[in-house]
Amino acid sequence: MKLKRNIAVSESGFLFDPTGGESYSLNEIGLEIFNLIRDRKTADEISSQITSEYDVARDDFEKYYFDFVGMLRQYKLLEDEE
Amino acid sequence: MRIIGLAYESLEPGIYMHDLVDRTYRIPYPSDGTDILVRRLLEIGRIEKIDVLFPNFDAELLAFMKSREVLEKEGIHTFLPELGQFEERHKANLPAFGKKYGVSVPEGKPVANIRELKEALEDYEYPVVIKGKFYDAYIAGNFEQAAMYFNKISAKWGLPIIIQEFIRGTEVNVIALGDGKGNTIGAVPMRKLYITDKGKAWSGITLDDPRMLELTNHIIRSTRWRGGMELELIKSEKGEFFLIEINPRIPAWVYLAVGAGQNLPEALVKLALGIETQPFTDYRKGVLFIRYSFDLITDISEFEKLSMFGEL
Repeated sequence: MKLKRNIAVSESGFLFDPTGGESYSLNEIGLEIFNLIRDRKTADEISSQITSEYDVARDDFEKYYFDFVGMLRQYKLLEDEE
Repeated sequence: MRIIGLAYESLEPGIYMHDLVDRTYRIPYPSDGTDILVRRLLEIGRIEKIDVLFPNFDAELLAFMKSREVLEKEGIHTFLPELGQFEERHKANLPAFGKKYGVSVPEGKPVANIRELKEALEDYEYPVVIKGKFYDAYIAGNFEQAAMYFNKISAKWGLPIIIQEFIRGTEVNVIALGDGKGNTIGAVPMRKLYITDKGKAWSGITLDDPRMLELTNHIIRSTRWRGGMELELIKSEKGEFFLIEINPRIPAWVYLAVGAGQNLPEALVKLALGIETQPFTDYRKGVLFIRYSFDLITDISEFEKLSMFGEL
């Protein structure tokens, strides 16, 4: 899974997709996960990092994680899936 | 440089913006006859020595295109599409245009009366788009609505009315300038962020979509487009682009292109004057425009001058 190259995201979590002109806002944890995806971390690596950093069970996190990825796909923010 | 305004109505605000326009003249409507309009223009040209003329209203373009030679003889240059280019991109001719140049367009058909409308609609699935020759477009969900819009638009803008297949998706636009030899001098894609009840852009943002530029270059190259244009496209849910209209002039939101780094009006002046113009190669993505309206205050004497003497 790869994010589209031209997506811009600021430190505040403001995300802009210049292909379609849409903008979105990410909360703090959303931004952290987004940046991990951008760094090409696998789902396993992301899960390990977040569950070690925050008080959340791995199963619970993965449910939210795949929801999040589903949303990125729905908004056409992933490469080759437009 | 002097900017001379040409106004059809006394209440056009540009007339009273003396910091933008050096002098304004009233001109007759193109519907009064091309000859009358051109005669008035030549008269103004003799007073002001006009070098370049920029028509921008859909309804006036044809008159100025037809008068190109007469105007040029008097030193008035235009940079408009050729008559053939203008005719073939008409809404009513769009399906043939799509076929000729290999561009995806929605199915469409011009109709001249209610009987033709009814017959034509048998080949379409609702909703359909009902469009005027120059302006206005409505989405009709059944025949009754289609007939209502047919009457509404034809009463205002005349015939024919165009029926068009409705493509579900997002409307995106491109402003572009062709040099008449097949080269794109500039092009900026945009998505409307806020539209008025007439469907006009009140706010928009520049996009980064190379496919929109490829499509624009293809159209300009294959038609050898001369002058400004606005492409109206629908990006379907599958990401395909359908051309729904080519407006043969620079659109009102041109200033967004200037703000994003492509001064297309300046390039158009150079083209019209035969000055060599290098194509723009880039623009800033994610630049927004937000339109605002303003109450201009002026004195009745200004209004009087224009109304009584036809100039200000």
